[in-house]
Amino acid sequence: MTDKLSRAEQAREFGFETRQLHAGQRPDPNTGARAVPIFQTTSYVFEDPESAAAYFNLQEYGNTYSRIMNPTVAVFEERVANLEGGAGAVAFASGIAAQAAALFTLLQPGDHVVSSSALYGGTVNQLKHLLRKMSVELTWVDPDDPDAWREAVRPNTKAFFGETIGNPSGNVLDIETVAAIAHEHELPLIVDNTFATPYLCRPIEWGADIVIHSATKFIGGHGTSIGGVVVEAGTFDWSNGRFPVIADASPAYHGLRFHETFGMYGYLMKLRAETLRDLGGALSPFNAFLFLQGLETLSLRMDRHVENARAVAAFLDSHELASNVTYPGLPGNKYRPLVDKYLPRGAGAVFSFDCAGGRDGGQGLIGGLTLWSHLANVGDAKSLVIHPASTTHRQLGDEELRAAGVGPGTVRLSVGTESVEDLIWDLEQGFARVAATIGEKVETV
Amino acid sequence: MTDLGRYQDPLTIQRVLHATGTIAIVGLSNNELRASYFVGYYLKRHGYRVIPVNPREKEILGETSYPSLLDVPVPVDLVNVFRAPDALPAIAREAVEIKAGALWCQFGVINEEGARIAETGGVTVVMDRCLKIEHARYVGRMHWLGFNTRRITSVRAGLQ
Ligand SMILES: Cc1ncc(COP(=O)(O)O)c(C=O)c1O
Repeated sequence: MTDKLSRAEQAREFGFETRQLHAGQRPDPNTGARAVPIFQTTSYVFEDPESAAAYFNLQEYGNTYSRIMNPTVAVFEERVANLEGGAGAVAFASGIAAQAAALFTLLQPGDHVVSSSALYGGTVNQLKHLLRKMSVELTWVDPDDPDAWREAVRPNTKAFFGETIGNPSGNVLDIETVAAIAHEHELPLIVDNTFATPYLCRPIEWGADIVIHSATKFIGGHGTSIGGVVVEAGTFDWSNGRFPVIADASPAYHGLRFHETFGMYGYLMKLRAETLRDLGGALSPFNAFLFLQGLETLSLRMDRHVENARAVAAFLDSHELASNVTYPGLPGNKYRPLVDKYLPRGAGAVFSFDCAGGRDGGQGLIGGLTLWSHLANVGDAKSLVIHPASTTHRQLGDEELRAAGVGPGTVRLSVGTESVEDLIWDLEQGFARVAATIGEKVETV
Repeated sequence: MTDLGRYQDPLTIQRVLHATGTIAIVGLSNNELRASYFVGYYLKRHGYRVIPVNPREKEILGETSYPSLLDVPVPVDLVNVFRAPDALPAIAREAVEIKAGALWCQFGVINEEGARIAETGGVTVVMDRCLKIEHARYVGRMHWLGFNTRRITSVRAGLQ
């Protein structure tokens, strides 16, 4: 007994950089392996029939089948939960799958969701079309207007949804204010924290109840894998009368009342044991391993992303062929006070600007770049560029485009960790091409 | 306001988990879907001797149920409480009387007077914590389901 206790764990608050390396993992008890082993297995041998039954009954924490849990994925889940300050996390095969599952767990037909309109285009599609198929109503609100959130609440509303930093136009969500409005109405606030990462902002500390990530982006950090994760704070009262799907006896789990039985872990248990079980969309162990490699350097990369993003934004802000640079960290930006409050280490590295020459100008600029990669992703260590109106936001109508802050000449950048003078040199090449195109047009008129 | 931090110290929790062999669960339900049953089942599985204390039942989890702590015929290391907070002072008095090593009050079972009675009587108190979760955090497999154990250690532990 004293032996076991001689290295017992103290009540120490470890720093972020320590936790991004260690949280969720201890040396493998069987082999001593220091790196996280990749448990590339579909299933797990049970010790005996009683143990098997206990695992399926959720009476014991046990591995059954890798659609529902996997030891490598679990390290990733715990690490993200730890960095975000949540009770736990469940990983998914993509950020979109994570969002669908987070909502699916707390919604039923006839419910209603209030969402910020300034979101990633794929999320706009998902909320608009998937929720309708589930017979769930949706109200878009201007995320910057607290009254809009408040006025959108109905008796059947079940959640608020927003992004810490909106994709692509850089709206910064006033998390504390919106969370307070949600809580006034006994509703959870769900925040997509993909663009900030837990290094730059931890929404749970400001009142958010559920945090979602597309791990595909900065968490992975190297553009290798698609994945997502849902973190829950563990503090929301799911037994407040609004959430019979979580509080009442579940027909999908032999009458279990998830919130009563598992308390602060009830939502997460249901998310895993029912939603992940029934929707599938499990993260592969190999991708979890790559995300863990990414997390080990998260703070180092984010500091560098932010430093480069500031320099690129300042360059664009003073360039005559660029306007409306949406980097919320720029001195004159209208979100600057919110950045100072929620993102003191920096406003991330994704933003947009309007290129002179409209649609032709935007596409011309991209055509002139040789270092920035033209592709549909963000959050890679390499610098990325895209023209949303013709790609990620293509399915949106003009009205929705405007609501999402996208114009015909809007170009979105994800600033990587290269030598910043090379990034600016390349943008100058692109602008030279834009200038030539605009010049030609003027001549031919 | 009760200073709950005093009753949630990780070192105390680990010490109690390791020093305990026999656990009397006050308010253990015979309904397998109730939280107390989940906890009792789990503790039994992990090698603890579980003694139900519930005057309305004869047997729970295959163990004889006793009407009160004073009726339990064997020494009790830990008293685990699943009762309303105002029942705690009486339970604490009995825990002192039977010389239990520790009194563990589940989530929400918060009662300052009960804690003081136990402490004055030499019984260690843990309050507003779940025994199953803390066991699973430090000894068990909570980390297999992605929960935040908050543990940070590079010490290699034994087989699990
Ligand atoms: C802010 C944001 N949320 C969610 C997603 C969806 O994530 P995934 O592509 O991993 O499904 C993305 C992807 O671009 C995103 O940028």
